[in-house]
Amino acid sequence: MAEQLQTNASNGEWTTIIRPRTGWFDIDLQELWRYRDLIVLFVKRNFAVLYKQTILGPAWVLLNPLLTSVLFNVVFGGIAGLSTDGTPSFLFYMAGNTVWTFFSSCINNTANTFVANSQVFGKVYFPRLTMPISQALTSLINFLIQAAMFVLFWLYFFFTGADIHLTAWMWAVPLVLVQTMLLGLGVGIIVSSLTTKYRDLAIAVSFGVQLWMYVSPVVYPLSTLGESPRLAFLMRLNPMTAPIEIFRTATLGTGSAEMGMFVYSLVFTAVALVLGVVLFSRIEKTFMDTV
Amino acid sequence: MASNNRTPVIQVTGLKKQYKLGQIGGGTLTHDLQSWWARVRGKEDPNTVIGTDTRLFGQTFMALNGVDLTVYQGEALGIIGRNGAGKSTLLKILSRITAPTEGEIRLKGRVASMLEVGTGFNNEMTGRENIYMNGAILGMTKAEVDAKLDQIIEFSECGDFIDTPVKRYSSGMFVKLAFAVAAHLDSEIMVMDEVLAVGDMKFQQKCLGKMSDVAGQEGRTVLYVSHNMSTIRQLCTRCVVLDKGRVIFDGDVEQAIAVYMDTTDVNVVHYDLADVSRMNQSAGKRLRLETLDFVDKESSVFADTEKMRIRITWRVSEPFAGVHMKMNLHYRDSSPVGITHPVDLGPAQPGKLYVSEFEFDPSLLGEGQYFFYLDIFDGALAQAVCLDKPVTEFAFEVTSGDLSMPEWASGWGRIHFPPVKVLTSGAEG
Repeated sequence: MAEQLQTNASNGEWTTIIRPRTGWFDIDLQELWRYRDLIVLFVKRNFAVLYKQTILGPAWVLLNPLLTSVLFNVVFGGIAGLSTDGTPSFLFYMAGNTVWTFFSSCINNTANTFVANSQVFGKVYFPRLTMPISQALTSLINFLIQAAMFVLFWLYFFFTGADIHLTAWMWAVPLVLVQTMLLGLGVGIIVSSLTTKYRDLAIAVSFGVQLWMYVSPVVYPLSTLGESPRLAFLMRLNPMTAPIEIFRTATLGTGSAEMGMFVYSLVFTAVALVLGVVLFSRIEKTFMDTV
Repeated sequence: MASNNRTPVIQVTGLKKQYKLGQIGGGTLTHDLQSWWARVRGKEDPNTVIGTDTRLFGQTFMALNGVDLTVYQGEALGIIGRNGAGKSTLLKILSRITAPTEGEIRLKGRVASMLEVGTGFNNEMTGRENIYMNGAILGMTKAEVDAKLDQIIEFSECGDFIDTPVKRYSSGMFVKLAFAVAAHLDSEIMVMDEVLAVGDMKFQQKCLGKMSDVAGQEGRTVLYVSHNMSTIRQLCTRCVVLDKGRVIFDGDVEQAIAVYMDTTDVNVVHYDLADVSRMNQSAGKRLRLETLDFVDKESSVFADTEKMRIRITWRVSEPFAGVHMKMNLHYRDSSPVGITHPVDLGPAQPGKLYVSEFEFDPSLLGEGQYFFYLDIFDGALAQAVCLDKPVTEFAFEVTSGDLSMPEWASGWGRIHFPPVKVLTSGAEG
């Protein structure tokens, strides 16, 4: 091995140059790729930490959306009597809630990246983005488990004769899911960069995400706002409106999926993600001086 | 200086790191608005750390002030210096934890930094899982860890417990496992900050041996920061001394240690402590030392028959029923000598400046130069919470006027006990 090192070192070039923070887009994606094993390990760790020494363990992943959907069904469907576009209300809430939980957990779990990991970040270098990325992937896996449960319920309703069917929007669903994840990640790392200065922003965010749910078509469909064009327009400005509506349209057969809304949402996601990465890579270089 | 026919692997040029003094981020938006509103009205900022001189706000200090250094492949370079000399800052920049303000560092190969043992270890995961985790954090791929796994486990002496969660490990096992991972990394450059100060003596020696091998036989480069001159002697082939953010010596290890010992300054009898850094994050917030003086002295040189009188001033930001203090004494090469028994300085209320004067009897110390840290804490020592501990080393020298004694020999240790009490002595029978 000594020989190998000899050649590595003597064939000349410097491999790393550490310089003052310069420029706005100073992020090494190649390096991030080299640390992919670390991302996988972080994901495993997230699961290990989440479910070790709990009574129900992984069952929580399923119980959470199940109970929420039942609750929504009773409160919003039963008591408030909100429309569900004529689809079985339980499936309607479950679809909306599953996508929303995916999105909100992406934000909530990444929003604290710097503050929660300052101990580790202060002692060792690795590309900081591995942390939020692994959190987003953890949320994705949780989502897939929940989606499997959704499929089971879907099959049950389908074979008991409910009026649901898949539509061509199904083809857009994988893209929509990736987009949802990236949007959550983008917003989350923007917040995490800002929380290095203002800690209370983290509290504002978990609260803000809750409020955001009510301006997204989770407990009601976009179509209920049809009579009020102004509200419906505002609703379309919410980048999460498209993913939820598309997911419902694709799986339940009715909904208000539109191409324009989808494109807008994708552009919004790209902007949020780029902004997030730029902010994040700026903060990561010097945040240890201010924590 | 090291020979130039070898390959340079680290080249540091004009490295500077600037920190801002005074209030920095990490607050809440309300706090910032409050501070801003107070400043607008010309009132005192309610969120300022007590006792800080606000005139210094916005001013900066240079933790590193133009460091140039070239390290060659296979060297074991020691970095020594007083607290606040810039050692940790240099390591942090080298490990890419923070960015420099000016200058640059060029590196050949990967840097594995061990600024702490077991960074990223997770208690819930087993020893084996943590090896992979720690390896990955330090920059290894899974395949690289796979190849080294058996060696790591063997070196760590934790083989029987490798599939047990590390929360069941003793602290010794934890350290061994963590060191084993770092020592077996394939990185070309290893940066270590006093990590060998932990673990039992036998394992420490094993680690030092391993590090020497890493540098000598495997041709890797080791950077080692320590206060322990004997490990520096044992491990390093070259040594630099940092003082006030600059390299003041670079070369032979023994000479470097001599230079380091000379940085003890016994001509200072007054210290301003309001703006010096603290040993930890929470220190200096609820109570803050402002000054320390050696009373009625021109220099801090004391005869061993003389009593040392020290005056400190301090403020608190909340009431205390009792504030406790002890001195941590060190020889000038930083090896610890001992502590004083804690004393209670009495209750304190915010808004007042407290002055405490106390006496220390250095007669137990052998001739030589020493320094102490002042440690102020809350409650009994057993469950003490540190209130303030400036990183300042208060230096003093003890001289002996006792003509019946020769010059103090280095092999005698540091304590000059009083003579034994002769109970009986005389010819037998």
